[in-house]
Amino acid sequence: MTALFEARGLHKRFGDRVVLESIDLAFEAGTLTGIMGPNGAGKTTCFNCLTGTYVPDGGTIRFDGHDIAGLPPHAVTRLGIARSFQTISLFDQDSVLDNLVVALPRMRRRSFDGWRDRARDREARDEAMEILDAIGLRARAHVRTKDLAYGERRALEIGLALATRPRILFLDEPTSGLGADGTARLTDLVARLKGRVTLVIIEHDMRFLFGLADVINVVHWGQVIARGTPRDLRDNEWVRRSALGGVAC
Amino acid sequence: MQLEQFIASEASGFAHWKEEMTGAHASPVPAPPLSGAPRVPVPLVVLALLLASSPLWLARIGLYQYLALEIAIFMIYAMGYNLLLGVAGLPSFGHGAFFGIGAYAFGLMQLRVWPNLWLDILGAIALTALAAGAVAAFISHRRGIYYALLTIAFGQVFWFIAVKWHSVTGGEDGLLNLKRLAVPLGFATLDLKSNDALFYFTLVVLVVVIFVCWRIVHSPFGRVLSCIKQNESRARFLGYRVWLYKWLVFVISATIAGLAGALFAMAQQSAYPNVMSLHQSGFVVMMVLIGGGLVSFWGPLLGAAFFILARDLLGAYTETWLFWYGLLFMAMVLWKPEGLAGLGRDLLARGGKR
Repeated sequence: MTALFEARGLHKRFGDRVVLESIDLAFEAGTLTGIMGPNGAGKTTCFNCLTGTYVPDGGTIRFDGHDIAGLPPHAVTRLGIARSFQTISLFDQDSVLDNLVVALPRMRRRSFDGWRDRARDREARDEAMEILDAIGLRARAHVRTKDLAYGERRALEIGLALATRPRILFLDEPTSGLGADGTARLTDLVARLKGRVTLVIIEHDMRFLFGLADVINVVHWGQVIARGTPRDLRDNEWVRRSALGGVAC
Repeated sequence: MQLEQFIASEASGFAHWKEEMTGAHASPVPAPPLSGAPRVPVPLVVLALLLASSPLWLARIGLYQYLALEIAIFMIYAMGYNLLLGVAGLPSFGHGAFFGIGAYAFGLMQLRVWPNLWLDILGAIALTALAAGAVAAFISHRRGIYYALLTIAFGQVFWFIAVKWHSVTGGEDGLLNLKRLAVPLGFATLDLKSNDALFYFTLVVLVVVIFVCWRIVHSPFGRVLSCIKQNESRARFLGYRVWLYKWLVFVISATIAGLAGALFAMAQQSAYPNVMSLHQSGFVVMMVLIGGGLVSFWGPLLGAAFFILARDLLGAYTETWLFWYGLLFMAMVLWKPEGLAGLGRDLLARGGKR
């Protein structure tokens, strides 16, 4: 059986610096895959290659039969691949609801309509409200995005990606900057998404990943140095050291 | 062993999200409305009434009708420009080129093709759109300072062509003795020779342009433009082919500038390269910013009126009016970047409290 999303021999360099040596990754439909590794290991670069930000210098990326290496971000998104950003990236002047509506595929299809009033589309609004339910922000729908609390912005960051109706969702450090309480809420959210959409998560917070992931890939020196279920990886020396020794990784 | 403990406690830790899953959808919080357009844009009605009645009162306060005509033309120009700067956040510093292309195209159509008002205006619009389409193809993949610099470069190219291509443009002198063509309506023709008549014609065009801009701003397309202004990269990751929207809004905006240029050629009865120069292109930016185009749909209208009035009223006292206007502009940008529209909003809010 082939995986829903598969990258083989992914290679990326910036000038002389090789960031991704040769990465092989496969994500099965319906699973939650974690990617961990120390700072500078190439995790985010890897995400950027997988989601169209960078064109990889070598290797293949296949999603559901499509070869997507080198496709621009909008084309990648339209195939059903969405991502969130480590640095929160929203439309700050607009309400939470407006943020989500613009992310919906049904709005994208109408986006060359320069005449009709966009506020008339009740179905789009209802669809966006469902996503707000899913991310727990229904009560905040009317709030201007820049007035949201940090944890709520983190949730909306994921909500925007969800609103594009992805089949696979890449989350780049979703708990970044969150306290214990925020992380707990986010864990709930991701747990609820699990099974509904294929998830790939870069994360520093070991406990977060070990609680949720089906498979974890450890990336270091631009390669996948270990791969397995959380239970398998408990005995991995590198994982042990960084998780239990309290080393920020 | 923290890890083992954590994994062992997995079941209890995730118990309560299941409760949430089952109960969440019966939420009592109603969906708020999407941000949209009020049915009747009141300021548009006020403006139309004010301008339409101007022949009755303008002379009594010491002004003259040609001034209102020029204000209306620059309102069209500023309105179109604000689609680009205020709505989509794209800084063009070479927009005068399209104003000028519209003026020249109107003049050339009239002199060399057929002096028919509709045809010549259509020709001006088409030619401006063509030029803008070509320019936009080069700049729509850029953003920020590179975008701005490219618009300056292209603006200069067109200005230079207008100055140097004597056989077509008439060089520094431009096209002279253009006519104010009559409006053929089929059943009648309206003469536009007087300033009053041309003013009313321009006013109708202005109202149509404002209405079109109003619809665009409040449409799904306008929404995408606003998103591109706020966060271009995220818009791309939501599946939007960003450059295409940037291309389109540039062409629309420049075409409106070309329409204003055609009307200006009629008002001035000539077309000349000066309107295409860099500093003239800067004027429209100043109009929109002083008016408050970044925060208000109506700002550019205020800014255009303010600019033309300042030019005439200050200009009557001193030749250095632009110096004082420049100081005012700096003060505005420093202390009230929301412009005249922002000032007006503050005043309304204060009045409302009393």
